[in-house]
This record gives sequence, C-alpha cells and structure tokens, in this order.
Amino acid sequence: MAEPVLAIRNLVKRFGGLAATDDLTLEVRPGELHALIGPNGAGKTTVIGQICGEIAPDSGRILFEGTDITRLGFAQRVKRGLSRTFQIVQLLDNDTALENVALAVQAAQGHSFRFWRNARLDRSITNPAHALLAQVGLSQERARVPVSDLSHGERKQLELAIALAPSPRLLLLDEPMAGLGAAESLRMTEVLLALKGRIPMLLVEHDMDAVFALADRVSVLVYGRCIASGPPDAVRADPTVREAYLTEEDGH
Amino acid sequence: MALLLEQLLNGVQFGVMLFLLAAGLTLVFGIMGIINLAHGSLYMIGAFAAAWVAAQTGSVLLALLGGLAAAAVVGMAVEYVVLRRLYARDHLDQVLATFGLILFFNQGMTILFGRQPLFVDLPEFLSGAVEVLPGVPYPVYRLLIIAVGLLVAFGLWLLIQKTRIGMLVRAGATHREMVRALGVDIRLLYTLVFGLGALLAGLAGVMAGPVYSVNVGMGEQILILTFVVVVIGGLGSIRGAMYGALLVGIVDTLLRAYAPGLLRVVMDASQADMLGAGLASMGVYLLMALVLLLRPRGLFPAHA
Amino acid sequence: MRERVVLALLLVAAIALPWIAEALGTPATTGVATRIAIYAIAAASLNLILGYGGLVSLGHAAYFGLGGYTVGILWAHSRSGEPFLGIIPGTAELLITFPAALLVGGVSAAIIGALSLRTSGVQFIMITLAFAQMVFFLFVSLAVYGGDDGLMVRRPNELLGLDLRDPATMYWLALGTLVFWLWLMGRIVRSRFGRVLEGVRQNERRMAAIGVPTYAYKLVAFTISGMACAAAGALWANYARFVSPDMMHWTKSGEFMVMVILGGISTLLGPVLGAAALVGLEYTLSGFTEHWKFILGPILIVIVLFGRKGLMSLFGRWGSGRG
Repeated sequence: MAEPVLAIRNLVKRFGGLAATDDLTLEVRPGELHALIGPNGAGKTTVIGQICGEIAPDSGRILFEGTDITRLGFAQRVKRGLSRTFQIVQLLDNDTALENVALAVQAAQGHSFRFWRNARLDRSITNPAHALLAQVGLSQERARVPVSDLSHGERKQLELAIALAPSPRLLLLDEPMAGLGAAESLRMTEVLLALKGRIPMLLVEHDMDAVFALADRVSVLVYGRCIASGPPDAVRADPTVREAYLTEEDGH
Repeated sequence: MALLLEQLLNGVQFGVMLFLLAAGLTLVFGIMGIINLAHGSLYMIGAFAAAWVAAQTGSVLLALLGGLAAAAVVGMAVEYVVLRRLYARDHLDQVLATFGLILFFNQGMTILFGRQPLFVDLPEFLSGAVEVLPGVPYPVYRLLIIAVGLLVAFGLWLLIQKTRIGMLVRAGATHREMVRALGVDIRLLYTLVFGLGALLAGLAGVMAGPVYSVNVGMGEQILILTFVVVVIGGLGSIRGAMYGALLVGIVDTLLRAYAPGLLRVVMDASQADMLGAGLASMGVYLLMALVLLLRPRGLFPAHA
Repeated sequence: MRERVVLALLLVAAIALPWIAEALGTPATTGVATRIAIYAIAAASLNLILGYGGLVSLGHAAYFGLGGYTVGILWAHSRSGEPFLGIIPGTAELLITFPAALLVGGVSAAIIGALSLRTSGVQFIMITLAFAQMVFFLFVSLAVYGGDDGLMVRRPNELLGLDLRDPATMYWLALGTLVFWLWLMGRIVRSRFGRVLEGVRQNERRMAAIGVPTYAYKLVAFTISGMACAAAGALWANYARFVSPDMMHWTKSGEFMVMVILGGISTLLGPVLGAAALVGLEYTLSGFTEHWKFILGPILIVIVLFGRKGLMSLFGRWGSGRG
C-alpha cells in the first residue's frame, strides 16, 4: 500500500486534567476523502488544530508525505502543501472576495518582499484568483463585493477557494457545511465531489448526508480516541459507533 | 557590606512600590484587556493630594486618606466617563484616549500646583532610622513602605485565592465570556477591579511623596518601569507582578549604586561615571530584552 | 482624475509657499511649514506600521531622535576633528549624514523590532515604549553629547552648495523629502508587500493559514518605518540646529500617534493633515494659554471616542482608507 499522505501517531493533547486527544492514531491515504466524525466535544477541532500546527501536541507525531512535521509552525506546514478551512471563516473583512483569494494566490507564489508593482493590477495573481472563485461557484459580480456583504454560504465558498489557492496536497476541511441551507450544502457537496480523488482531504463534519455521500473512509472520534475506522457503510453498521454516536443523532 | 544591605533594602522598597502599581495594571490588562496609560496619573494624583493635605493639616492620617480618596474618586470618574467606552475598542483607541488623559492630568496638576516639585516632610515618629542589623541603620519610613507593600501583597493573595470576588477575577483573566455567562455583572466587576487598581496606585503615590519628590511627570516615569515589570512578570499575573517588581526594583537600585564604581576599575573615573549612569538607567530595559528573548510571555504568565 | 488635479494644485501651492509667505508679510510661516513637513514624514512612517500593519508602536520617537543625533554627533566630530569611536570621521555633508541616519534608524528598528515583535497586543505596546525610554536614557547619560541639555548643531549640513540656513531652501528640502516618501509609501502600500501587511493587520491567523511567515513581514515593515522616521530626525537636526533627548521622549511618540489619528489612519495624506492639525492646534491654543495641553487632552479623548475617521474622511472618497 502506498505511503499515507497524513499519518498521525499516538497523538496526545491535554488541557488541564482532560485529554482532548487521547493516543490518537489516524491515516489519510493518497487520493482519498477521509471523514472524521464524532459527537460534540470529541476533540475534532483540537485534532485539526494539531495537524495544521496551531496547537502543539503533548506527545505523538504527525507525518505529512512521510516527513515528520510535528515541530513545524502553521505557515511552514502550509508551504509544504497542507491547507485548511476554518469552521468560523477567517476572512479579511475589509476586502472583497477577489482580494481575499488573490492574496492567497500571491502567498502561494512565493515570498512577497516585492515593494514596487501594484499587486491589485497583477494578472498573474488575479487570473488564478478568478479561476478559483469560479471553481467554488462564486460569480464574477459577487467576487467584487466586500466580504462583509456576502452571505454566509458565499463566505463558506470563499473560505474554500482560499484554501485551494496554494494547490495543496492535503486539504483539512473543518465543517464546511456548518450553517448552510439545503441548497447551499448541495452545492458545496458538488464542489467537494469534483475535488475528490485529485486532492486528499480530511473532512470534519456533522452533516451526515454529506459525509456518507463524499467519504471513502470514515473515522469516528470519541473522547479524543478513534473508536472505528473504515468504509462508510461498515462504520454505519458498527455497533460501538451506533452506541456512541449515531443513535444520538435525531432521525438517523 | 552594610552598604550592600542598605542598597538591597532600597531595592526591595522600590520594588514594593512598583508592585503596588504593577498589580493594579496587570489586573486591568489581564481582566479587562484594556491598556491604561493614565495609571501613572493616579499615582501622581495620590502623591499630590497627600502632599497638599499634609501641608494643610500636618496630619499623617488625613494625608493618607486624602491621597487615597483623591485617587479613588478620580479613578472612578475616569472609568465612568472614558474607560467604560473603551472596553470594546482596539488598543490604539485606548492608548490615544488615555494619552489624552495624561495630557489633561499633567497640565491640570501644573495649573493647580505650578511647575516646582513639592517636598513632603515626614513627622517625627517616622523620620528616624532603625538598626536592621547591628551597625546597619535604615530609615524607618522605608521599612514601613516595605511592610505596607508586603501586607498589600498578602491581602491581594487572600482576596484572589480565597474569596468569591477573587475567583471571578481569576476566571475573568482567562475566560471573560464564561464569567459573563455565570450571570455576573461584568461591568461591576470591571469597576471594582479598576477601583482596586486606582487605590493601589494612589497608595503608592501617597507613600512615594516623602521618598521621591512630588512632581508632574512622576507618573509616567514610574509607569514605564511598571510596564517593564508587567512584561517581565507576565500579563495578568499578580505573582508575576510581585517577582517582576522585586527583580526590577533590586536590579535598578543595585545598578545605580554600583555600576559607576565597578566600571572605575576598568576605565577612568569620568568615563566610568558616565557609562555607569547610562548603564544603570538602561539596565532594567536590557533585562526586559533578555526576558523577551527567552520567555516572550514573561516569567509567570497568567495563561498556560 | 480630479484627485490628481487637486493634488497637483496643492503641490504647486506648497512649493510656492515661501514666496506667498514673503508676499503676505508672514515669513515665519515657512518655518512652521518646515516643521509640519518634517513631522509629517515621521507620522507617515509610523502610519506604515500602525495604519497599514496594525502595530501600535509607542516608541517611534526613538528613531526620530536617533536620526537627529546621527547628524548631531557626526557634526560634533567634524568640528572637533576626532573620529567617532576612533574610526568614523565626523562630517557635515548631508549626502553622508542622511544615509548614515537611515542606517542607524534601520539597524535600531531591526534590533528593537526583532525583540518586540515576539509579542503582540498590549505587551507589544508596552515593550516599544520601554525600548524607546531606554534609548532616551542612553542619550541623557551621554554627557559628551550634551546629555539632558542637548547638542547644538551650529551650522546645518552642506548639501551640494545649497544654503540650508535659508528657510525657504530648508523648507523645500523637507517638502521634497516628504513628497518622495509619500510617493514611496504609495508604491509600498499597493505592492505585494503592502497587501501582506494589510492582511496581517486584518487577520493574522488567516495570513498564517495561507503560508505567510508574518513575523518576517512585520519586522521588515518596522525597519523601513524606523528608517523613514530617522530621516525625519536628520532633517530636524538641520532645521532646528539642535538635538536633545526630548526628541525621543515618549511624549513625542504620543504626538506622532496623535498626528496619525487626527489625520486619518491608513490614508497616505492623513499624516500630513494630522501634523498640520497638531502644529496648528499648538499654535492657536498656546495663544490662549500656556496650559494648552489641558485643552488638547480632552479634545483628543473626544476625537477618539466619537470621531475616529480623522480629517481625511472630510474628503470623502479619498479618506476611504484605500490609500
């Protein structure tokens, strides 16, 4: 079997007396869309935080494409090919959607110690930015609107476009469907389906329809530990999972 | 040897005064997230008020009460009129508004008292010296300052560790939202915390009068050193304020006392004096730079 | 298009100011205008990191003072004949002292910035203030350069045979430097670097998430800002022919900050308006009372609480913050 894109080994993170991540071991295989689900408080956000480098684990290792990145900072990991979306979108509110993506494109092109040319007029930045916005379904008109005037769904789309700007080799998605209506969720699912196979993804989600439509494999996180991992149907049928999680969901 | 002990005690005394200011400042930073440049002004107001009352009445007690009252009243007024509107604003706004307060208070004091510094005479029973060790006399008043400071430190510790208000203060330092969710009137808490800080600053000012001269600008001089204390000790931490204050107080005092002398060993007298004086005043800032290199969040930061 | 025409007209008026002042019988205006121009350079340099970068530096006067003292010390050594530190010969050539001031300002800002930028928020503000105070004490203790009393620079520097004692010439030098610096800032702010800087101000977490090592960019901005502020100090030394530790007192830092906010933060011309406003306020208010700061304080508070956009916002679209 090919080397996993992301390998988490025995990850531990404590907050005070509580182990938010409790000896977690997890893998994302090349090309797969791997969903991470679990009840509230299971520690999913903490895991994402440790993978992207915002939170330092107490022990354990994180390997990306075979290299140990446990000691690297967030920006350094992004430079290596990692990218994430935030559950609460992190945007530059004073700028337009286009400017937000353009900045991400600019950052992906290398360093920005260039002081002379006007960046807003630079086609090598704006052209890829337009393409990314089209990819996530944001129209040209909406692209020029200040972010503060965009709808929640559009902001989520923008968040994804920004995450795609560096042509990442692993995409961490932290609840991209959160707060979306039915139509918007559908559209987001379609966008992610289009990416499936081309970019390995670790998807944290509560929306079970999306999870089971998208995921190649599902891992279930409960109290910081992975209690089951496998193809969606297998996980859905697993009795321990049903007990810990799925039975808590209304209507499932 | 006696000189060293005397200087050490001076350092502790200075440190204790810095602690009184730093404790209030770090609480206000840590709990309210607000930077208040006018903290030094409360110190100055306490000093001026006490000096004036002392000159008018000759009573130590009245001077003390006058100074504390002035600091408390002005503090509350400042909180109500200006600071309250700044809690939600960004740091730049807080810096500018409190800078405006400094201009106002400094000029106000000049209008009331003129530009000459005031000197405060100590009453008989406080002006003598006591032998802390055989053959080592030390001013009674400075010992009193140290005692008061340690008492206040103990009292603060009791307050923060053992009372309900203290628990809210500790919680508020790390989890403002949680405190709000507990149904606590956060505004009242803020006002109390600020009031406590103002009282401490005023107390420091009252005690400072006889030791240092009372002049416009004394507030900012000590405020900047207080900032150094808070940076070294760690934001939001009373413990950090205590250790930081003692460290800064002792280092600063010892450097001023010994740097020129030590340098005379390796260079000629006039150069040594000049460099020594410079090193002495820069010393604590270099110490701060060192701490920043090794521990950017201070020695005892409140947050993990 | 209209913007450019108005700006051009303003520039022409600014250049013509000394002649206008002579004609109106108020030659002292040229001196005041020089003061405003020099302060505007300093305020604009602060605006680079404050308005565009979101870094509240309360210690910028340190670079202003360092720039001034570079000129002063080099001049003092050129008079005495002894080289500075035994190796650097004194000089009164502006073509040497000006770059020297830039170097000194840049290196100091780089060192102080490298340490200070390890922190953020309230800590950063306090630390920049503390370092500036340290520099202040350093120069107070340097008795050989006047200490607390300051250093007279009896003749302004030489520059290509121009006579900088002539108020108009000095003014044009300051104005020219100001225009050049504002133009440079305009390019920087619109460049890739400027975009990153603004991004850091708005959401530093987002910048890390797109792979930007924010510390490096903040440090470079801080250094450039320090250099420009030192340039203002060097000009001041030539204008006032006197440098003193007061140039680096924290109140001076406060004044620069007030100019930035009065004029309109993160606009290119804001600092110029702010400098003019503060100098103007000082002149008018001190006409009423020597205690004019008693009035300035509350004015400042009111502006902060109620009118944050600054004077530039009076000019509508231009004050939108887009530079």
